[in-house]
Amino acid sequence: MQDRVEKRLELKAPVSRVWQALTDYRQFGEWFQVKIDGPFVAGEVSRGHITYPGYEHVRWEAVIQKIEPQRLFSFTWHPYAIDPKVDYSNETPTLVEFRLEKTASGTLLLLTESGFDKVPGHRREEAYRKNDGGWTQQMQNIEKYVAEKP
Amino acid sequence: MTGAGLSRCRTLRNMSPRSRSRERARFEAQAEVFAALGDQTRLLLVVKLAAGKPQSIAQLTAGSRLTRQAITKHLRVLERAGMVRCARSGRERRFAFNPRPMEELREYLEGVSAQWDEALGRLQAFVEA
Repeated sequence: MQDRVEKRLELKAPVSRVWQALTDYRQFGEWFQVKIDGPFVAGEVSRGHITYPGYEHVRWEAVIQKIEPQRLFSFTWHPYAIDPKVDYSNETPTLVEFRLEKTASGTLLLLTESGFDKVPGHRREEAYRKNDGGWTQQMQNIEKYVAEKP
Repeated sequence: MTGAGLSRCRTLRNMSPRSRSRERARFEAQAEVFAALGDQTRLLLVVKLAAGKPQSIAQLTAGSRLTRQAITKHLRVLERAGMVRCARSGRERRFAFNPRPMEELREYLEGVSAQWDEALGRLQAFVEA
């Protein structure tokens, strides 16, 4: 078990095509099923709403982090922010990263969503603030560690 | 945050005000589980408790370089995340592992993962069309 979700996907389309589908806000909206108000700008908030049937009341809100042409597109958001009455802005968001690599047949897309291990600030205890908070070892690794250092 | 440690054997999990949405409370609980696991001592405690019977603080402290007080602090964090339950038997308090929060976490990540599979499937259809 890890604190992140990782996906690898081989796409039979050139990097430039995939890049467009990711970073043009209208194209992104097509496959992500969201209607976004305006173009993505690094460092700025992107707003809109979900168009997936049954979830139209759900707002899309993300902070665009990096737009490195043909290579990296990333944003932060709140993956469970589906209650319109709740203000999620104080909670630590997760980071979504799309990385592109050129391959012989097209494009390799690497998706990562990370940061599920960050506790919302108001729940964090002073005494444990110094923890690195990184849960990346799998249970087997822990068992190995325990076996080595009883 | 008193120095009384776990003396009252409190259940610390249900701290969210009622007004918070269930989804939000769930996300917070999950973040807490991840954070609780983000420490070697607590991982070791989890492994020890997951492997067997409920144990007392004395048993959990035995063989560790940490003091009873330090172990107690770590147990509180695990208890807050719902991963450890405290039960009294006579004068002694014993701590038992509760697998549910970790199972929920795994289910949650599987849900996130499935959503991405769907979204990336649509992306694939979109760019390969």
